[in-house]
Amino acid sequence: MSALDVMGVAAGVMFGVGAIAALVRIIRGPTMLDRALAIDVLLAIAMCGLAAGMAVNGHTETLVVLLVLALFAIVGSIAIARFIGKEDRS
Amino acid sequence: MNALELGVGALILLSGFLSMAAGVGALRFPDVLSRLHAATKPQVLGLAVVLLAVVLRVPSWGVVSTVVLIMTFQLLTQPMTAHMLGRASYRSDELRRDLLIRDDLGRDIAEYEQQRERDDDPAR
Repeated sequence: MSALDVMGVAAGVMFGVGAIAALVRIIRGPTMLDRALAIDVLLAIAMCGLAAGMAVNGHTETLVVLLVLALFAIVGSIAIARFIGKEDRS
Repeated sequence: MNALELGVGALILLSGFLSMAAGVGALRFPDVLSRLHAATKPQVLGLAVVLLAVVLRVPSWGVVSTVVLIMTFQLLTQPMTAHMLGRASYRSDELRRDLLIRDDLGRDIAEYEQQRERDDDPAR
């Protein structure tokens, strides 16, 4: 196990902590906007994690997945933000 | 272990730290606007450093062009998302006004309302 692998495992633990915190916010989040924001955070962490996996293992197979995610990450949160109303509390 | 691998590992660790900070910030900050502030860190800087790590690890022109495309789309779309979320939270009153330092949008809305009342005045 090389030093880069060790660094990758440490970064993976940090990605995991961030993703779990975002998941807790999705479950708890008092408003719908909090959930949309936490979904965005989770997606950004997933993108960073995919790219980190590529950098550690030295392949480029998921670069296209990152391109598609960067293009379409906008759809969900903008849809939620546009159609949110004052009465949608829960 | 050479200098290149050390740099790649440091960039990955920085991205992991930013992601962890965003998750913890989204969990612990008090309202939508301050959570928005924490959430935008891995979306731009975290992704930028880890894509730089990919380019350093696999240096070819195909990878560089795809990485530039990814970063361009990310920089185009994520500010729109943050803007729409912040605006929706303001419009639906889901923010803590005691935490605001400046409120330019509220001032603009008040000016617009005054202007409309003057225009609708029948005694003019």
